[in-house]
Formats: sequence, C-alpha cells, structure tokens
Amino acid sequence: MNELTGKPIDRVDGRLKVTGGATYAAEFPVKNVAYGVTVTSTITKGRIKNIDTGAAGKMPGVLGIMTSENCMQLHFPAGSDPGAGKYAEKDLLPLQNDRVFYGGQHIAVVVAETFEQAEHAAAMVKVEYAEQTPVVGFEKNALTAYKPASGLGGAETQVKRGDADAAMQTAAVKTDATYTTPVFSHNAMEPHASLAVWEGDQLTVYDATQSVMGVKALLSAMLGVPAEKVRVIAHYIGGGFGSKGFTWANPFLAAMAARQFNRPVKIALARQQVYSTAGRRTQTSQKIALGADRSGKLLAVKHATISETSFVDEFVETAGVATPMLYSSPNVDVSHELVRLNRGTPCPMRAPGESVGTYSLEVAMDELAEKLNIDPLQLRLINHADTEEQKKKQFSEKSLKECYERGAKAIGWSNCPAKPGLTKEGRYLVGYGMATATYPANRSASSAKATLFADGHAEILCGTQDIGTGTYTIATQIAADAFGLPVDKVTVKLGDSMYPKGAQSGGSQVTASVGPPIRAAALGAVDKLITIAIADPGSPLHNQKREDIITGNGRIFLKDDANKGEPLVAVLSRKGLDKIEADAKTNVSTRPSLPAPAPAGSPEAKTEEESKTNMAVQEDENTDRSAYAFHSFGAQFVKVLVDPDLGTIKVDKIVGVMDIGKVMNLKTAVNQIKGGMIFGLGMALMENLQYDPNNGRIVTRDLVQYLVPVHADIPEIEVQFIDRPDLYISPLGARGIGEIGVTGMAAAIANAVYNATGKRIRDLPITPDKLIV
Amino acid sequence: MQPFKYIKVPDTPAAIRAAGINQAKFIAGGTNVLDLMKLDIEKPRQLVDINQLSLYKIEELQNGGIRVGALVKNSDLAYNPAIKKNYPLLSEAILSGASPQLRNMATTGGNLMQRTRCPYFYSTDFACNKRVPGSGCAAISGYNRMNAVLGTSDHCIATHPSDMCVAMAALGAVIHVQGAKGTRAIPFADFHLLPGQTPHLEHNLKADELITHVELPPLAYAARSHYLKVRDRASYEFALTSAAVALDIQNGIIKAARVALGGVGTKPWRSIAAEQVLTGLPPNTASYQKAADTAMLDAKPNKDNAYKIELAKRTLVRALTTTGEIS
Ligand SMILES: Cc1cc2nc3c(=O)[nH]c(=O)nc-3n(C[C@H](O)[C@H](O)[C@H](O)COP(=O)(O)OP(=O)(O)OC[C@H]3O[C@@H](n4cnc5c(N)ncnc54)[C@H](O)[C@@H]3O)c2cc1C
Ligand code: SF4
Repeated sequence: MNELTGKPIDRVDGRLKVTGGATYAAEFPVKNVAYGVTVTSTITKGRIKNIDTGAAGKMPGVLGIMTSENCMQLHFPAGSDPGAGKYAEKDLLPLQNDRVFYGGQHIAVVVAETFEQAEHAAAMVKVEYAEQTPVVGFEKNALTAYKPASGLGGAETQVKRGDADAAMQTAAVKTDATYTTPVFSHNAMEPHASLAVWEGDQLTVYDATQSVMGVKALLSAMLGVPAEKVRVIAHYIGGGFGSKGFTWANPFLAAMAARQFNRPVKIALARQQVYSTAGRRTQTSQKIALGADRSGKLLAVKHATISETSFVDEFVETAGVATPMLYSSPNVDVSHELVRLNRGTPCPMRAPGESVGTYSLEVAMDELAEKLNIDPLQLRLINHADTEEQKKKQFSEKSLKECYERGAKAIGWSNCPAKPGLTKEGRYLVGYGMATATYPANRSASSAKATLFADGHAEILCGTQDIGTGTYTIATQIAADAFGLPVDKVTVKLGDSMYPKGAQSGGSQVTASVGPPIRAAALGAVDKLITIAIADPGSPLHNQKREDIITGNGRIFLKDDANKGEPLVAVLSRKGLDKIEADAKTNVSTRPSLPAPAPAGSPEAKTEEESKTNMAVQEDENTDRSAYAFHSFGAQFVKVLVDPDLGTIKVDKIVGVMDIGKVMNLKTAVNQIKGGMIFGLGMALMENLQYDPNNGRIVTRDLVQYLVPVHADIPEIEVQFIDRPDLYISPLGARGIGEIGVTGMAAAIANAVYNATGKRIRDLPITPDKLIV
Repeated sequence: MQPFKYIKVPDTPAAIRAAGINQAKFIAGGTNVLDLMKLDIEKPRQLVDINQLSLYKIEELQNGGIRVGALVKNSDLAYNPAIKKNYPLLSEAILSGASPQLRNMATTGGNLMQRTRCPYFYSTDFACNKRVPGSGCAAISGYNRMNAVLGTSDHCIATHPSDMCVAMAALGAVIHVQGAKGTRAIPFADFHLLPGQTPHLEHNLKADELITHVELPPLAYAARSHYLKVRDRASYEFALTSAAVALDIQNGIIKAARVALGGVGTKPWRSIAAEQVLTGLPPNTASYQKAADTAMLDAKPNKDNAYKIELAKRTLVRALTTTGEIS
C-alpha cells in the first residue's frame, strides 16, 4: 500500500517551527547554565606567548577562563569517515597547544553567568603572540600545489581514461580555459552552537550538527569517555549545508568547559567565528580543456583543479568528481591539487565538488558549443552518456534527455539568441543559458525502531537528523504507509544518539538511507502483530494465511475481504500488550565497502539479528546492485536581463527539471531544489568570502559584507520532476535531493550572461564591475 | 560589548545635558550604534535614548521648503506625500537603502550620523585609523573593492554609506543642531568631514550637540529628480555607486542642475563642477557624459575599486538621462 509517500503534505514540524516551539541546540532550557564565549586569535600564524586572563577573570560573573594551559587533554580521534564522526581539523584539537594556524582560531573560552559578562570579559583577555609570517594568497602560492593521495573517505582524486593528451592533438575543435571560484560560506541561519551538561560521568551535548552519531563518537574518543556515557541531541537544526557535517571545536569546548567549571555550558558562535572556525568552501582554479570532432563528439576532456586547504587538515574539493561520468568521452584526465594556506579548514558545502565543478565544466561546454556552432543543448545530447563510462556500469535510472526536453520547453529555449550580445528587451540585453545538473545518489547503512502503542499511535526512532530538509515529514509519510495509519497517528523522533544509528545528514543520502529501515521496522512491527493475530483464536484472522493479510486505515484485514479483519490495537488489547515494536537495519551502502558488523552483544547486533527475519530488509539487501551506478541528473535553464551600461544582472526566470527518482513529497522536494538553485544563484552573482591580501584574515566576515541573495534577486522559479522511481537504490525509489539543485546553476547563469552580453566571465562571482570593463 | 548606563530623556535640554557627560552617545533607532557597540568599536559609558523628544514632525514651510525632525523615521520621510512630490530623489534614495524593517527604525538624525561600512573598520584585529587613530589603514593596501575614490587621503579611503545623505547633499539641506551653547545651522556640505589626517573625525557636531531637524530648502525643479543606485544585489545592500540628480530644463536647455554621488566618496559627494558643466547645455547624452567626466575628474582609484570611476560615470549619465525624460 502506498498512499502517503509522494503526497505534498505540509511539514509535520512546520507549526512548531513558525511558532518558536522547535528547540534548537542553544535553546534547551537547561537549569543553571553558564555561557561560554571564545577568544579568537588576532594573528594569522604564530604562537601564543602569553594569555593574560587576570583582569578578565576578576570581572563580574566570570566563572573561569579555559586556555591551553589549564584545560583537559584531548585524545586524537581515529578515522575520517564523516558518518562515523570526522573531526574537521585533525592537527588542531581545541586548545591543546599554543599554536595559531589561522586568524579567528579559538584560543580560550571565557565562562560566565551571563552571555554579556562572558562576552565582555572575552574582550578583556590580553594575548601576547610570537607572530610568524603566514602563507597568504591562493594564486600567489599556486606553485606550491601538491597532489593529495585521496579525497574524503578515500575518494579518488586523479582519474584517467584513455589518453586525453594524445586525443586532444587530433581534436578538430578545442577549448582551453581556466575558471576560478572564490571561497564561499555555508551561512546556515543557525550558527554553530553546543550546550554541554555533565551529570556525574554522563555527558549530554545539545549540538547543532548534521550527525549526532558522529559527534557522539568523537566526544567519546577525544574526551576519553565511554560511548554509552555520551548522548548527543539535535532535534532541530537551522541549516547545515555541510558546515555541520564535520565536527568543529564547539561541542568539545562546551564539554571541556562544563567539566572544568562544573556547570552546564553553552557556546553559540558569533557569525564572525562561524566564518573563521566552522568551515567553508575552498577557493578553486580549474583548467578545463575540451576536444571534439566537427560533429561535436567529445574526444578528450581534461579537468585540472587546484584548491586550497589549511595546515591542520587536508580537504579536497573534488571539482572534477562528476567529469569522468557526465558526458561520453573516450579520453578523460581529471586531477586535483592542493595548496596549503593559513586559513581555517574547508569542508563539504552543498554539492562539494559538483557545485564548482559543474560551473566550470558546463561553461566550458558552452564555449565548445559556440566554437562548433552547435546549440549548447544539442551538444549535450550529442555527448549524452548512456552508461557510466568510467565505472563501466549501467545507470540505475537516468532520464536526463527528458529533463533537457522539458526544461527547454518551459524556458522557451527556442528564443535563445544564436549570436550573443545582440538581443534586447527594452533597455536590457537578453540571454539564455543552460547547464546539466548532477549529483550522485548515496546511501549508507541505517537502522530504525518502530513501535505501535495500544492507544493506536505509532512511533519511529532514528538517529539521523532533519537539518531543515523535511526528514521528519518524509519519515512520517513512510512510516504511516507501512503501518497503514494516518499521518497524525505517527510520531517520528530524530536527532538523538540514543536512537538506532541513522545516517549522517550529508551527501543527499538521508531519505535513501533511513527511509528503507524506517519502512522495514514499521512493516516488521505490523508483521509481528499479524503473526499474533493469526495464532490468536480470538482474532477474525485466526489461521489465515500471512500473505493474504494487509494493513490500512489502522486495521489488518484480508486482501480480498476488507470486512474480515480488525483494528491493529485490538490485537494488542486482547493480549494485554501495551505496545509492539521492531528494529530494522538495512545494511546497504553505495560506498565501496560495507561497514564492519556491529560488536556482538551490542544493541545494533541485536537489530542486525532481528533484521535477518525482516522480509523488507532481506528483499532490500538481496537486491543485486553491482551492475549499477547511482546518479541523479537534471537540466537547469535560465533567462537573464543585463543592463549593458551598468552591468547589473537580473535573473528573469529559472527552470530546473530534475530526475531524482521518486518524489517523496512534492512540497519539500520543490523547496529543496529551489533552495539549491538560490544557493547557486548566490554563488554565480555575489557570494565571495574575502581574505586580506596582506595578513590573510577574513575581511568580509558578517552578513553585511558577505552577500547572499535576497528575495528581490529571485525570479520566478519553475521546478519539475521526472518522478520515476529508482528501485535499485531502494524499495522506496528515492535518490535524494538536497544538493543537486545547486549544480549547474552557476554555469547556466554564466552562460546566459554570456549569451546576453558576449562577455565570458570565468571568475565568480559575476558582478557589475566585471561586466562594464 | 562594554557595560553601559541607559537613560531616557524627556526633552532636548535634558538630552543635551546628558550628552556632555560619561562618554555618552545618543540612541535613536539604534540600528547603527548598537552594532558598533556590540563589536567594541564604540564604547559609550552611557546611552541617551532620545526617542521621547518631540522631533517627529515633517512640516511644510512658508518658503516652500520642508522641515524634517531628527527623529522622523526613514520610512515616514520616504513615504511623506510632500517629499514624494517635491523631492522624489530623497524618497527614492531612502527607499533604496537597507530594508523595510531597518527603515522603520532608522531616523533622519541617525542616518546623517551613520558610520562607514569599510569592513576593516568593523574588524578590530585590523589597523584602522578611523577606529584607532594612528594605527594605520588596512584598506589602502588590502581588499578595497567597496572603498571610496573621491575625497580619500593617505589615512583613510572609507566610503560614506548613506543613500539619504546623497539626496540631501544634492538638495543642499541645512542641518539644525542644538547644544549647551545654543543652536546652529550647518550647511550640508560642511556637516561631514573629509578624512584628511583625522579620519576618526567624521562630522561637524560637538559632543553635546543634538541634531534637532533638517531643513530642505525650496527647490521647485527638484520635482524633476531621481536617485539611482547600483549594487551587487537587488536590495538590502550598500551602493557600489549611486547618483542623486535634479534638472531644471527650460526650452530645451538645462537652466540649473543638482548632482551628488554616493558609493564613491568619503562623504556624500555633491559635484558643483558637474552642475556647472550641465548649466546651459541641452539635456542630452553628450552633456551628461561631460558632466560625468567632470564629476569624476579627481577620482583616485585603489587596487580593487578602479571600476567605480567608470561605473559612477555611467550611473550619473543614466540618472540624468532618466531625469531628463521625466515630463
Ligand atoms: C544591515 C544594514 C543595512 C543597511 N543598508 C543601508 C543602505 O543600503 N543605505 C543606507 O543609507 N543605510 C543603510 N543602513 C544604515 C541605516 O540607514 C542606519 O543604520 C540608520 O540610518 C541609522 O539611524 P538610527 O536612527 O538607527 O541611528 P542610531 O543607530 O540610533 O544612531 C546612529 C548614530 O547617530 C547618532 N544620533 C542619532 N540621532 C542623533 C541626533 N538626533 N543627534 C545627534 N546624533 C544622533 C547616535 O548617537 C549614533 O552615533 C543599513 C544598516 C544596516 C544595519
Ligand atoms: S579606509 Fe578608513 S575606515 Fe577603512 S580601514 Fe582605512 S582608516 Fe579604517
């Protein structure tokens, strides 16, 4: 039965959110809480010679000041898988020594009775530094670039197919250009915040995180506290976009200070501190060379990326990640190099790799189309990849051609001027642009618990989180369908490390990962109930066949005779049971290797055992996926109006047609894609985190200086979906949707600006100053 | 933020008395002063809330001018029918700034006194002569895409951020202030100071002086006027460049003109030279271009802001063109 999934129901947490009833990390009403404010470095590189906390420590309300000299020692965490917990700066555990690697680094925490007292005292802490010359400037240091061994989670960073250099020689038509993107900031509305409470040796941290399980594992490892003594809670998260996927200093500083001063401690970062200490998208320089024959068929694709990372960890923005797969080409050469700078460490940001990578590749395709004198859309069709040529696999489901077709129709692609810079609407130059969108479909092993209570309501527990994307809602729909209950009878609880282990909210994987075990757990609970009914002489279904019984409207009944059956709760009450529950784990992952089985005797091992008899889990796990590559695709189309004199760009219309498998909820789906597109618009036209060219510290460090789009920048947006279930990714058929909306958008806008003006701006963001020269 | 005392004063004399002591600052809408305090850029020991003063009136004067109380909210001023009719450039300038929420709080006096948005001014780990006299200027050798090209010095290149002030500069408004020693009327051009060697001194107002009102002089032809702002996003952003212009066109000749520029100057930048160039010329692109070239003659670019010179010219040409077309 499949009644609710797919329906555009309202967010189940919508009312709570708009009425202030949703509690975010810094808002939990913990008694006796003290406020921590961090002191951050005012130099870019060097050592702390002395921290004078004398005057600050004596200020009213101050409970104490934690520095590297008096704080507890931390242990180095193992591992780097974000799902299992990735500390973002492995060589800079918070406050462990006197070294400064970047401006705005946490170097002390002032804890006081009130926020104002802590904040004022923090300004009074006097720090003496031995300053060293920092490595400043991305372009300036490009020559120091080195090849990293691998990317996040062991991702390949150097990929070759055929011989691109040789093929390039023979290509009749070529492009070769370098595209640059600045540093972008996630700018989640909720700044990073942590509230730590010790009760004896039990630690609870309320945290703004995309991974309660990851933070728990890291707190346990780094503080040296047994995992079962650590609980991490994140019921609501005010956006993450990747910035809360890795774990930064904040939960540790809160937990360390709470222990040191024997009080619950809350630390909420100031926006300036979010910019400096909590991740960003790296700056990139991407050299793309394309070679094609006269018909437009690609012969060679070269994509060489240089990006930057910090001195305390290595993060590779894999801008070339989609390049070997996106178009058909016998010869491909993708490389990634890194430069180290004295900046805070970059991290994944909404479509890490693909966002900046599709900008450059898709502009390069536009440049190639022009040289070939072929319509840019036609060029994409000519080079459509029918199979995943790098991995030599089939796509699990791909309807990209349909996306192009529908998008072209919706934007009016036939109006696209063939020659750039000539067509006007009134005073404005008109341009159209398009680009391909793409993002992999990820899935990882996840578990859930489903419980049906005697009062007729059901509950789902899952240790994943809803970072604002709609997971509560979709999980409710999935569970309601499986139980055969209406939405208002199902409560979904997420964001607690006490719950069964759910996926990290990253890589657009949550629905695909936790949807199946939620469904399986609910079906498992219903199955147990049906088994009881069949065995129960008091049940109208006594001695019926299992396969003849289905659920719906809160009942179990015969498939062929709906009257023969009974309410779910009747089974429970006859047996005097207050509830029936089931655990399920689906051990399916799109990563190269599955995680090791849970340790014997652990709750997770019990779940794994129970899952062996869960039909839904078995069916899912037994699906042979080895022949398939999992990717979502889409087509982005944009119409822009450019003022030729003033260089101002008005995006006039955006159309995106997305092929993301099954649409679980049209409302949240449209919302995710639109949000992604707006993210991409910001990237194309205004976002730009600037570092001082002399000392390398962040200059545009608040929302007055760092621009994100406002309502007035956003035109009519049309989002369409192919909505074709991908039954290889999971029985639910949904591939994930959080990131793909960003991809291709900056390129579509840049291409439209070119079409309007004849000016090819290869350096984001495209601002008026670049267009008037 | 440093702790401070907060007092409310009932009238102008009380405000002036309170202003003289305890490193006091007035707070009107609070949209600028509170941010500066939170970032430890300003550290008054006392905040004097002047919102109870009766300076909320917009009065049409006998002579055809308009008197605007210092506490008139930016929104109220922008939507005032007489302002919209007689000084459309002022209404447009105000509405091009900030956001509706901010404009509902921001006051006329506060807007006149708002401080630069130079990012280094807001970041206390950087050198800034305006914030800490004598510490140096990080912007001159730093990231200065938003900084000024007119009226700069070797000590400061901070842009004056206000839109409202550009329109008032064009109109030649007069700022009326009251202090312990009585009242003064300050011509707009004399109110804001060039940075010179003392960029921390921004205006011609003594510590105990309160702005009571602004007088907009009668200028019949300002009914044909316009404010144009170019920025990196469509709303809620300071100007890259802007222009406030009014044209008196009679029988196909510009009889008189008003020209002021925003986003390019260290103070709201009226160009009397450009006005003089326009006077006597026909209202056409060639004339406007000549005026624009004149207005930017003394512009001095830095590493990242040379574009402002060309963009300001185009902004001015467009603003004049639009104004010339108003029937
Ligand atoms: C996010 C943001 C965006 C903005 N965008 C723009 C923009 O695009 N364009 C633009 O022009 N402005 C913009 N502004 C600035 C805004 O216009 C000013 O903050 C506002 O005008 C200040 O008025 P206020 O009454 O709130 O001043 P307050 O903050 O109350 O005071 C500012 C200063 O004026 C002094 N003061 C106030 N009243 C008097 C008086 N009567 N006599 C003497 N001194 C007085 C105070 O002591 C203080 O020093 C923006 C502000 C913000 C926060
Ligand atoms: S330009 Fe002026 S405000 Fe900006 S850093 Fe230099 S001195 Fe300070």
